[in-house]
Amino acid sequence: MKKFFTRLYVVLIFILLYAPIGVLIAFSFNNSKTRAKWGGFTFKWYIGMFRNAEIMEALRNTLILAFVSAFIATLLGLMACLSLNRMKKRKRSIVLGILNIPMLNADIVTGISLMLVFIAFGQFLSRYGYTIVFGFGTVLLGHITFNIPYTVMSIMPRVQGINPSTYEAALDLGATRSEAFRKVVLPDILPGVLSGFLLAFTLSLDDFVITHFIKGPGFDTLSTKIYTEVRKGIKPEMYALSTLLFVGVLLLMFGIEKGRNARKKSQQYH
Amino acid sequence: MRCKEAVMKRKQNPLLTGPYLVWTAAFIVIPLILIVFYGFTDADHHFTMDNIMRITDPVTLKALGLSLLLSALATVICLILAYPLAMILARMKNGASAIITTIFIIPMWMNSLLRIFAWQTLLERNGVINQMLAFFHLPPQHLINTPWAIALGMIYDYLPFMLLPLYNALTKLDWNVVNAAYDLGANKRQTFFRVIVPLTMPGIVSGITMVFVPALTTFVISDFLGGSKVLLIGNIIDQQFTQVGDWNVGSGLSLVLMVFILISMAIMQHYEKEEEGAANIL
Amino acid sequence: MSNKLIDLQHISKSFDGQLVLDDLNLYIRENEFLTLLGPSGCGKTTTLRILGGFEQPDQGSVIFDGKDITSLAPNKRQLNTVFQKYALFTHMNVADNIAFGLRIRKKPEDYIRDKIRYALKLVNLEGFENRMPDSLSGGQQQRIAIARAIVNEPKVLLLDEPLGALDLKLRKDMQYELIRLKNELGITFIYVTHDQEEALTMSDTIVVMNQGYIQQIGTPEDIYNEPQNAFVADFIGDSNIIDGTMVRDRLVEISGVKFACVDVGFGTNKPVDVVIRPEDLELYAIPEGAEKGSEAYDKVASRAYELNPGYFEGVVTDLIFKGVHYEMDVEANGYTWLVHSTKMFPVGSRVLMNLDPFNIQIMNKPESEDEQAVTMNEM
Repeated sequence: MKKFFTRLYVVLIFILLYAPIGVLIAFSFNNSKTRAKWGGFTFKWYIGMFRNAEIMEALRNTLILAFVSAFIATLLGLMACLSLNRMKKRKRSIVLGILNIPMLNADIVTGISLMLVFIAFGQFLSRYGYTIVFGFGTVLLGHITFNIPYTVMSIMPRVQGINPSTYEAALDLGATRSEAFRKVVLPDILPGVLSGFLLAFTLSLDDFVITHFIKGPGFDTLSTKIYTEVRKGIKPEMYALSTLLFVGVLLLMFGIEKGRNARKKSQQYH
Repeated sequence: MRCKEAVMKRKQNPLLTGPYLVWTAAFIVIPLILIVFYGFTDADHHFTMDNIMRITDPVTLKALGLSLLLSALATVICLILAYPLAMILARMKNGASAIITTIFIIPMWMNSLLRIFAWQTLLERNGVINQMLAFFHLPPQHLINTPWAIALGMIYDYLPFMLLPLYNALTKLDWNVVNAAYDLGANKRQTFFRVIVPLTMPGIVSGITMVFVPALTTFVISDFLGGSKVLLIGNIIDQQFTQVGDWNVGSGLSLVLMVFILISMAIMQHYEKEEEGAANIL
Repeated sequence: MSNKLIDLQHISKSFDGQLVLDDLNLYIRENEFLTLLGPSGCGKTTTLRILGGFEQPDQGSVIFDGKDITSLAPNKRQLNTVFQKYALFTHMNVADNIAFGLRIRKKPEDYIRDKIRYALKLVNLEGFENRMPDSLSGGQQQRIAIARAIVNEPKVLLLDEPLGALDLKLRKDMQYELIRLKNELGITFIYVTHDQEEALTMSDTIVVMNQGYIQQIGTPEDIYNEPQNAFVADFIGDSNIIDGTMVRDRLVEISGVKFACVDVGFGTNKPVDVVIRPEDLELYAIPEGAEKGSEAYDKVASRAYELNPGYFEGVVTDLIFKGVHYEMDVEANGYTWLVHSTKMFPVGSRVLMNLDPFNIQIMNKPESEDEQAVTMNEM
């Protein structure tokens, strides 16, 4: 009896979480402009979406942004972890605390703070005749910033788990410092680096609020595009776009999970 | 162990530490300082408390009050919904636990904009829910553009954020402690409140913070589900920055908001000393 | 003769299709220190959990003091459990941990205070009221767990391998502590362990279990000196288990040599299992170069003959100093014997080996898999 209610509860919450998404996906195939009626199955919204130049540009922006920001954030995160690992506990907590601020802070605060820094910097530059243009550059800087805490979070456990003896063993066997790092340390922390990259990539894809404040006119990511379009009125292409984004992130998550499991398995034979 | 210390004592490579420290200063520390600066000054860079005092403006105050009310409500409901679920999931045997929990956590990584958008489709006047009601010859409900729709959106959006820390805390719990409580004569209710809840408190606090702070500061949810009629404090700040262009007032109001955020973060820190930090999110 | 306090009748239990307990029947007397002893997976912990109410048997009933408590919830039983990893409430200090059960039963606060003090005194941890569990050592945590259980004055205390995580010296000290506690409290202890030495030290009664069956019940001396099957013989202490043939009452043939023994009733010319403890084997040095039939050899042989008309001639193949005794391998008539002796015989020396007839234990050959001795490969 208890088992029945337990199962029921789990199922209900599952429905609660996925029903809206399901509806969205269903409507993306709805061959009818209004949501009132089901007009048959169609791919036309998807086609329309791919033909829409603005949407395609937003898609391109989003992907490039995600990749580049994740890459740089991973790099900076790795450097941070290596450096933090050598710090004394006190100093490390402080620096780590500051690095984590974008993760703990509300998105809107991070967004407006970045906006202000760009504006202030722009005002400073205008004295010398330069201006700051809000666009890809500013958004990229913002994405890197909020990605860093997450890459650090992924990489840190692995860096802390480095066995210094293996590094010294490599040196002892004749490797140079950078060789030892590349061949011994790097493979060891690689799983953390990769999962940090994927995590940052996903977060960058998903971000709206921070991008919203620092993008300026004329630059859009998928999220901001959807935002403006939804405020104007529903275009069914948005359903198609949403579905694609959902499925994309889902595949990404499976990729991360599978990657993690594969690494776990291969590590058993170390 | 001596080896590790030897490695530790090596000097920091400035090439390594330089970039991220500069980045941290430029894009994390300075921006926050700027908020304080703009918050306390007017357009001519003179000190003023006007920006902060704007919070007492009736419209703003109402928005803040509504934000606090709705986010508190959403947080409580998320806690009530997620705790039993977390307990059920944590107690599942072996593999099932991790897989099924992942299914519940995945929405967290999906674009929240889209998920709120999805609810808009459900709640609208011609939305799915009203259509289903019509099918049963029930009157259509005015669901959208109400504070309740916003609260619902908050609960929906942030439920996974409450679930994950609770789940982590419950899986870490040594269930023998619960058996010990039964053994000593406690019934289920007593065991729950005297043993399980105190021992999962770090997870509870973590979950509350991860729901309350975003819920308090959202403006997207109120945009999509509240229309232009229902304003939250997030909307007002957003308007100040993107429409009105008054960064001073916007910053001032943000500072007020930050007070709530900082309090939550402080409480979190207090409980976080036992956990491995926010690594639990993964 | 104390009466039956607990009666387990026809208990069967399966997990995931695996039969863990099969028609178990066991009764426990008042004030007994009873130990369930066996290897991992033999069902002893499951039996304890069924007693505590944390598992329900698929079949059978649990009778406690005349009442059927099979489906009674754990919090309503008059037993208390000391868990393997202590299961202390880490968010409460020592005093609150101990007081937990009392507060549930709404005892008055000064009564509780006195009880806490009494319990801490009993486990030799006076003054520890305000300490947090995390700050205590393993042994201290264990004693707090015991204090927490006994303060509720249960009729029976269930202990699930409580000393497993402690180091050797501490474990031995705690064993004596537990015996002292039991005598002072005058209650029944039901103890689960896989450590046979522990069982032999502490118990009034040992229940040896394997694969869900009870192999033997008896006092420590019974179990040790007269194991009833190969499993028990092998599990308890070291032993030499070898095939033999019961020629007739009081005469057994082992590896071609007939030995006098004291067992009767095993039939005529029947194959049996013979158990001989290593410390019961006597070794006699054969002088260097002395061949069979020589005067020196016969001198040694006649000394052996006084103990038992049968004896083996063998060679020492291994020697380890164990402090308490020497442990030697002696190869004789195709079998490698394990011998414990306080006398040292160097590797390669020839010896005669026999033993007192009283120390030969005859057992029937195993009838089922669970009665067989567990070999190294199977463990």
